[in-house]
Amino acid sequence: MTIEYNPDDFKSTEIGPGYKSLLEVSDLSVSFVQYQKGLRQRVLKVISNLDISLGSGEILAVVGSSGSGKSLLAHAILGILPNNAICSGKILYKNELLTPERQKKIRGSEITLVPQSVNFLDPLMRVSAQVRTAVRQGNPEEAQKKIFRRYDLSEGVGNQYPFQLSGGMARRVLISAAVINGSKLIIADEPTPGLHPEIVTETLNHLRELTDEGCGVMLITHDISTALQVADKIAVFYAGTTIEITPAADFHGQGQALRHPYTKALWQSLPQNDFTPIPGFQPLPANFSEGCLFAPRCGKITSECTGSLPVMQDLRSGKVRCHHAT
Amino acid sequence: MVNKSLFKFIVNKFLRMIILLTTLCALTFSLVSHSPIDPVQAYIGADMMKVSHAQREKIEEYWGLNQPPIERFERWGKNLLHGDLGNSMIFRRPVIQVIGERFWASIVLMGLAWVISGLLGFIMGIVSGMQRGKWLGRLIKWYCLTLASTPTFWLGLVLLIVFSVWLKWLPIGLGVPAGVLSADVTLGDRITHLILPAMTLSIVGVANIALHTRQKMIDVMASDYILFARARGESGLQLLFRHGLRNVALPAITLQFASFSELFGGAVLAEQVFSYPGLGQATVQAGLRGDLPLLLGLVLFSAVFVFFGNLTADLIYRVVDPRLKEAGDTV
Ligand code: SF4
Repeated sequence: MTIEYNPDDFKSTEIGPGYKSLLEVSDLSVSFVQYQKGLRQRVLKVISNLDISLGSGEILAVVGSSGSGKSLLAHAILGILPNNAICSGKILYKNELLTPERQKKIRGSEITLVPQSVNFLDPLMRVSAQVRTAVRQGNPEEAQKKIFRRYDLSEGVGNQYPFQLSGGMARRVLISAAVINGSKLIIADEPTPGLHPEIVTETLNHLRELTDEGCGVMLITHDISTALQVADKIAVFYAGTTIEITPAADFHGQGQALRHPYTKALWQSLPQNDFTPIPGFQPLPANFSEGCLFAPRCGKITSECTGSLPVMQDLRSGKVRCHHAT
Repeated sequence: MVNKSLFKFIVNKFLRMIILLTTLCALTFSLVSHSPIDPVQAYIGADMMKVSHAQREKIEEYWGLNQPPIERFERWGKNLLHGDLGNSMIFRRPVIQVIGERFWASIVLMGLAWVISGLLGFIMGIVSGMQRGKWLGRLIKWYCLTLASTPTFWLGLVLLIVFSVWLKWLPIGLGVPAGVLSADVTLGDRITHLILPAMTLSIVGVANIALHTRQKMIDVMASDYILFARARGESGLQLLFRHGLRNVALPAITLQFASFSELFGGAVLAEQVFSYPGLGQATVQAGLRGDLPLLLGLVLFSAVFVFFGNLTADLIYRVVDPRLKEAGDTV
């Protein structure tokens, strides 16, 4: 993977006051080389020109529908993309470029991942042993016991195998494994899939607690209501890029404070609002067109929209990628 | 609870084996009694012309061939229940003795091939899985695919030509040197006679396990838990030793136990090529010369042998894999 970087390019994209920049992703693109019939190759761009930023003590939710490539954003930041992925753009962690070497050094310690499900644990290894493998400094056993106490996990749980864990316990084990090294940047990739509402709230509270201790949390989810429960900022992910970044507080009323037609429509489609579904589907990476990728489903489309991809612009303490943003 | 379910499982398996064995024997019996091979003729060979009709009838009576097949099968079954497998027609000794003797020759050969092909195949599978897409990985994959379609007897002949005929390093065949008293046969003699057949069987046996392990390794390396392990900072060989081997070894061992039937089948061919006096060779002789008691004995024996291989494979999963072990009573 290659990351091009020109130090002069660096411009802070922080939004909202009071946050020290922890993570800055700008113009990130992730593509895959695919072999088609014969030896023909094609490059499939899955994430394009994505910008996000995150400060300490902040929860940024990246919201997008399932299968839209959000997880790849997490993998790109951690540097664990598959070998056939090409990554460009720049990622800054604590204002310093996150090169592959640096990623390798700090993943698992400074930067960590809270995964989606118990499938992310080795099925043949006892839970406590697995949590211990992550420990970088000090006595692994003590560290594991300490983190288990923090997340209210008994020693008996540690002796179990992943398949024996209940939903809520699995959550807490995954968080313990992730944050055992006191990571500063926590990427939670869909941490609440199909869980009981109580467990969802408990998990989100754990994330909130971590930000109160000064961590930055990037919460990747397909569920806007989950995001709104806890996030400070929401980045809306559509067809491989962010189309709007907004303070969570802007999701209110009829969505008048929101900037992008898609975000508004998303808000309207929630059961507690109008419950009006958005017609059409998100395009797949193979069908990405030149212009605005939301154009086929947008009510405000003009010829300008199909001609060129709108750039990210600042608007009312947020950012939006639309020619006719309001 | 776990023990109870395990017990039930084993009893179940044994019942199935008994049904299988009965069917198998009946089938073998009827196939052989309908086969055009005349055991008397096969036994006497070219001297058949010199045997009078009366003599022939005597032999038939001695072997019990003059009775209807059903009756013979019944009697054989009754004797079997008393532990008597009857006498081999061609060796003129109790079947149980013939099998016992041959078994030791075969078990050394098969055991050696089993261990070598297992270890080698496992390592090859791991390497080619890790090096997938690189030249070493591809080389191993192509080697295995070629081997998987190589007939055992052909490979045996090639090795024979190279090592015995051209290089003259190893003996051409048999289990011991020809024309030497059995008391004078040394361990070294036995070993040199063992090398070629064992090599043939091992080389052929590698392919299956290597390809299987390779695929499993690729799956494991693409799994979510490897991704999470990488996210926590693990990399390279650490991933292999901590998570890879653990998850790949169990299916590989199981497969190796479940492959007893291929092993036995391979041994039949390899022993034939090298005239190695094992069970496989005895099976071929018994079949070609219509030695029904011996053939039935061998069929029973090999079926039980394969059955125990498969049973071990199943048990390993149940006893070792925590997902089955600790969820014991739900299976
Ligand atoms: S750029 Fe045009 S098509 Fe795209 S969202 Fe804005 S108005 Fe709609």
